[in-house]
Amino acid sequence: MSFFSTLFLGIISAALVNNVVLSRFLGLCPFLGVSKKTSTAVGMGSAVIAVITLSSAITYVIDHYILRENLRYLRTIVFILIIAALVQTVEIILKKKIPSLYKALGVYLPLITTNCAVLGVAIDSAQKSYTFGETMIYSVGTAVGFLIAIVLMSGIREKIEHNDIPDSFKGMPIVLVTAGLMAIAFFGFKGTIG
Amino acid sequence: MKENTPIERLYNGILKENPTFVLMLGMCPTLAVTTSAINGVGMGLSTCAVLMMSNLIISLLRKFIPDRVRMPAYIVVVASFVTIVEMLMQAYVRSVYTALGLYIPLIVVNCIILGRAESYASKNKPLASFFDGLGMGLGFTLALTIIGAVRELLGAGEIFGIHVMPESFEPVSIMVMAPGAFFVLAVLTALQNKFKAPSATNHGDKFCQGNCASCMDKTCKIMERSEDK
Repeated sequence: MSFFSTLFLGIISAALVNNVVLSRFLGLCPFLGVSKKTSTAVGMGSAVIAVITLSSAITYVIDHYILRENLRYLRTIVFILIIAALVQTVEIILKKKIPSLYKALGVYLPLITTNCAVLGVAIDSAQKSYTFGETMIYSVGTAVGFLIAIVLMSGIREKIEHNDIPDSFKGMPIVLVTAGLMAIAFFGFKGTIG
Repeated sequence: MKENTPIERLYNGILKENPTFVLMLGMCPTLAVTTSAINGVGMGLSTCAVLMMSNLIISLLRKFIPDRVRMPAYIVVVASFVTIVEMLMQAYVRSVYTALGLYIPLIVVNCIILGRAESYASKNKPLASFFDGLGMGLGFTLALTIIGAVRELLGAGEIFGIHVMPESFEPVSIMVMAPGAFFVLAVLTALQNKFKAPSATNHGDKFCQGNCASCMDKTCKIMERSEDK
């Protein structure tokens, strides 16, 4: 297979077929918590793309050149510390260098440390012993999938606001039903890649 | 009931402030691993073990950890116990270990654990913190088992692998797939709203409103205040 078709298939598979939120249940907290408005959802999604891409590149390097075979059991501890430190660093750099971007993404950054999608992607690609290229495709695809899911969700939630919902379903229950229906819709992508 | 006694902590964790049904924390493992009741029990008990031990250690260290680096310090404690639990499971309960897979290391970012460390263990005595962890852990296990049992019953007609539904029952296999998790939890929270049971969804700002991310800094403060009263 040529380089571009591998890239394309990899991203489609990570973003749509195995969507991180709707079929693997990672990053569910921000998906339910920060999806009330489309603008905040876009902000959160973009911040997640940046953090996932950076963190999986760094964790790959650390895993391959420092932890290797004999220190493998330290993976969980090392990875979560790297992610926490990375989020802090990105926040400080953005604040100093690009204040406009910091204003847009800044509030979401501290929340990302506890987003299990970030740690999940890092550990998953280390466990499956992906190469560096595969890790990058997988993490970018996953992050794009998160952005797609959270933006779609926020759009639907903005519409739901104006609808007449049974009292007991108001709030979280209707959001969960919506997420379930979206998950069914995303099952449709399962047939696209054989 | 007297505050901060072991019995009161157990009651608080299992019923009054059940982490899943009332606080709505730790949604990712709740939905991901509850394809069957036995997986729910496995995930619940491993989280419970980590929660007890990390609460105990953090409570013992609460006077030594500087306030500014407390989050990284908590994360290191929690991650160490998660690694220990992961190794023990790999050695002794291989089948559960394979079924839960990626979600075992992800116990580190389960917000119930960091939430309890921040809002309870960092200000209370070791014994009370230990039982707080045990209560919360058992409450989490109970919730996961209930959700797992409902999904297994509807999706496969079984509970704990034993066939209970009549022959004529056609399994609704969507219930054991991803969307089923959302539907079961939606119905459970809707029932809570219907019967006005306390829950993060109908108590406004009191609890974390199912958003563990914001719980970490802002909402947890509100939670603490409501606990302090």
